Amino acid sequence: MNHAIRRVGLAVTVLILALVAQLTYLQVVAADRLERDPRNVRAQIRDFSRPRGQIVTADGQIVAQSVKVDDEFEYQRQYPLGSLFGHVSGYQSFTLGNTGVENVYNDVLIGRDARLQVGSLRNISDLFSAKQTIGNVVLTISAAAQQAARDALGDKRGSIVALDPRTGAILAMYSNPSFDPTPLASHNAAEVDAAFAALNADPTNPALARAWRETYPPGSTFKVVTTGVGLETGTTTPATEYPTLEELPLPLTNTTISNFGRSTCGGTLVESFVASCNTTFARLGLDLGEKFPPGTTQFGIGSSPPLDESPRAVASQGPQAGSFAAAAPQFALAGIGQGPVSVTPLQMALVAAAVANGGVIASPHVLGSVTDRDAKVIRTADTEKWTTAMPPDVAATVGDMMRQVVERGTGTAAAVDGVAVAGKTGTAQNDDAQGNRRAPHAWFIGYAPAEAPRVAIAVIVENGGTPGAGDEVTGGRVAAPLAKTMLQLLLGQSQP
Amino acid sequence: MSPRSALAKSRRSSELGLGLLAAGITISGYVLVALSKTTDLPPDLGLLCAVVVGLFAVAHLAVRRFAPRADATLLPIAVLLNGFGFFVITRLDRDRLAGTSALAPIQAIWTAVGIGAFVLTLVVVRRVRTLERYRYSFLLLGVAALLLPLAPGIGTEIRGARLWVRLGPLNFQPGEAAKLLLVVFFAAYLVDKRELLAAGSRRVGRFVLPDPKHLGPLLLAWGLSIIVMVMQKDLGSSLLFFALFAAMLYMATERASYLLVAFVMFIGGATISYQFFAHVQTRVTTWIDPWSVSQGKGYQLVQSLFAFGTGGFAGTGLGLGSPQKIPAASTDFVFAAIGEELGLLGTVAILTAFLLLIGSGFRIALQADRPFSKLFAGGLTMIIGVQTFVIVGGVTRVIPLTGVTLPFISYGGSSLVANFVLIALLLRISDETAAIAEQPRPTVRTAQPTTRTGAR
Repeated sequence: MNHAIRRVGLAVTVLILALVAQLTYLQVVAADRLERDPRNVRAQIRDFSRPRGQIVTADGQIVAQSVKVDDEFEYQRQYPLGSLFGHVSGYQSFTLGNTGVENVYNDVLIGRDARLQVGSLRNISDLFSAKQTIGNVVLTISAAAQQAARDALGDKRGSIVALDPRTGAILAMYSNPSFDPTPLASHNAAEVDAAFAALNADPTNPALARAWRETYPPGSTFKVVTTGVGLETGTTTPATEYPTLEELPLPLTNTTISNFGRSTCGGTLVESFVASCNTTFARLGLDLGEKFPPGTTQFGIGSSPPLDESPRAVASQGPQAGSFAAAAPQFALAGIGQGPVSVTPLQMALVAAAVANGGVIASPHVLGSVTDRDAKVIRTADTEKWTTAMPPDVAATVGDMMRQVVERGTGTAAAVDGVAVAGKTGTAQNDDAQGNRRAPHAWFIGYAPAEAPRVAIAVIVENGGTPGAGDEVTGGRVAAPLAKTMLQLLLGQSQP
Repeated sequence: MSPRSALAKSRRSSELGLGLLAAGITISGYVLVALSKTTDLPPDLGLLCAVVVGLFAVAHLAVRRFAPRADATLLPIAVLLNGFGFFVITRLDRDRLAGTSALAPIQAIWTAVGIGAFVLTLVVVRRVRTLERYRYSFLLLGVAALLLPLAPGIGTEIRGARLWVRLGPLNFQPGEAAKLLLVVFFAAYLVDKRELLAAGSRRVGRFVLPDPKHLGPLLLAWGLSIIVMVMQKDLGSSLLFFALFAAMLYMATERASYLLVAFVMFIGGATISYQFFAHVQTRVTTWIDPWSVSQGKGYQLVQSLFAFGTGGFAGTGLGLGSPQKIPAASTDFVFAAIGEELGLLGTVAILTAFLLLIGSGFRIALQADRPFSKLFAGGLTMIIGVQTFVIVGGVTRVIPLTGVTLPFISYGGSSLVANFVLIALLLRISDETAAIAEQPRPTVRTAQPTTRTGAR
């Protein structure tokens, strides 16, 4: 009998060892894959059940904070500033997932960031203490600037993006309408679903971060890009003379491009720029031909700006490479920021920043610094180059033309006392879903002070203009004054 | 009672030391569970210490009194596993669904009942031979217990399996007792008939097959398994019964051909049940691919695998994971909850403890003098071994999932009481073997004064 008992014992041992082998597979070999499986909500539960760092503005106001509550998750995320930073901060939602800064800097906020864990150790005993290594995110945006942007837009739909052209630090980024993230962070799934459904059902689409998630035709503000590409490729010079016309016939078609209000304009490139003369820049778009698309990609058009937001910034569109032979009229339209061109407000702020910063665009970012529980700075955002839009001399030439726009052209409403402002107005024609023409979008992009720029800005007021009205009326009267308000505030705030 | 031998003294002091260690681990686990949530020690820590040490002391003193020479490791390992299960259930209680009652206090009461049954078994069963004598009574009791849940009125169906009997406020599974009762019968029956069964009469190739008329017990086991599976939808128990009796038949006869016959019958039974029963098909398809049904029938298994993966090598830490995401975390899936919070270190530690328990059981079987004791000890040990493999293999996707409890660890009173009785019976056999070995044997080994110390 003993022989058989030994064999049975051996068999049971082998079976148990098979279990050990399978456990080793599950808990070591496949552990990472199982833990990261999107259907495995454990990491999410862990993030929700622990304290989370604050998101604070550059001027010290709390955008997001966690308060202790007595439910399944222990900590409830709150957004004391309501909708002011809704798009920027995003939300921490168990049902919907995280968005915005809450998502991009999740590791910092929950303290999983390695620099935070090492950086917050004061002495060796901290290794054994129960102190949490959570980090706080300090934004580059001040609550005052964000509030000013909201006040400037009032009840008009649109967006304002202001940034420091030298570093890419976003100074204000507000889209109207916005939303309050608090209901979406609720721990009551039904409440979250109801709030989310209401947001999506709203025809004004408040959940949309227009500043970096929506594209519009840029209208005449795109002439900055057209001019930059034209000068860099030697296709034009500031003194190049263009015919004085009321309208420009488009090749391959019977249609024409006309100036606003069917006015007559032309002359040198500089005069055409200051008066925002469509016929000249449509002509320049045709002259550029296949040189136009690569020139716009140098400005970052066609790729997603590396903004630290989630979901990420959408890419803007320019004229299609290789399409000139078949679709030359599209290049004429692109020259004046219509037709195939469609851009985000963020992208246009970056165009202004390129001119302001000698042709170089720094990566835009909303993260100013990360601080630990004692408000000690663990790391600050680095200035990184995103793209070189144009050589410094071209940037200087374009900048000089933009300065004249505000001094004596269509953008005088953006002028600030005692400061030289450079800018460009825009009036963008657009159609609704049925193809009916709507009131044009009012645009202004610019920067100040012109000689040592500290602030670059883009303003769009959706359908802010009067149909058929020119730049002076639309971009100049509707958008430029908003830019002026913002520039006054931000120049007073920022350090030279 | 005979005067205390050196063997008895050394074994009992080992048991005391190991048991206190197991009690210490239980108390530490309980404290860790509390500390994962607050910075304060649990308010009922004193009470817990008193209960854990007190219950062990009662069991230990009972062994000292009634089975002084018995194996030293069985009781401490049982205490360790039971204590481990208790603090894991305490931890799972914290995240239980609103409106459900805490399980740990009930488990504590059942543990006390289990220790009571343990002591009672040691007191009542003074000689293993007594059990052998009442084999057919045990058969009747066993079959009755197995069929009891099917009786109208008192039988209750919980989570699709009809295993429970409701008597007043108590729900219990008579199937747990049936395992023990039927092992007694099979051990006694097979010891009687093993000569006949071992002498095969038909040669097929390399194998000598037994006479068909002696296949009775195998057919009975097979029949019982099928009854359990079909009538009660309890695949786990049916698998357990079948493996248990096949192994006992092999241990009794040492004839590998029985294993072959059993294997063929198992394949036949499994194929037929797969063809005819939807719940068997579900278990198999979920086992082959749980991922495509991760939100449906495979949810439980997928959550279990996630728990093991998230736990990784060292686990999330006791009280710091999310084992409440696994349905039935305190019963069938308790091992996955341990895997998440205590990692591979914890799961392998538990399996090692089971391996030691099983090893001690088989050692007792090997050392026993009388055939019935050998076979009985082997059968009892197989209950623990097969049950551990079936449930741990099920939750780790080694074999299709069938619900049985993890001995001593899962929440569940009937199983806990049955397992404590099982340990008491093994201790009784062990004590008897050592007592016989200590007696001088004038007929054979007069010249050898050395005692057989079974622990070597």
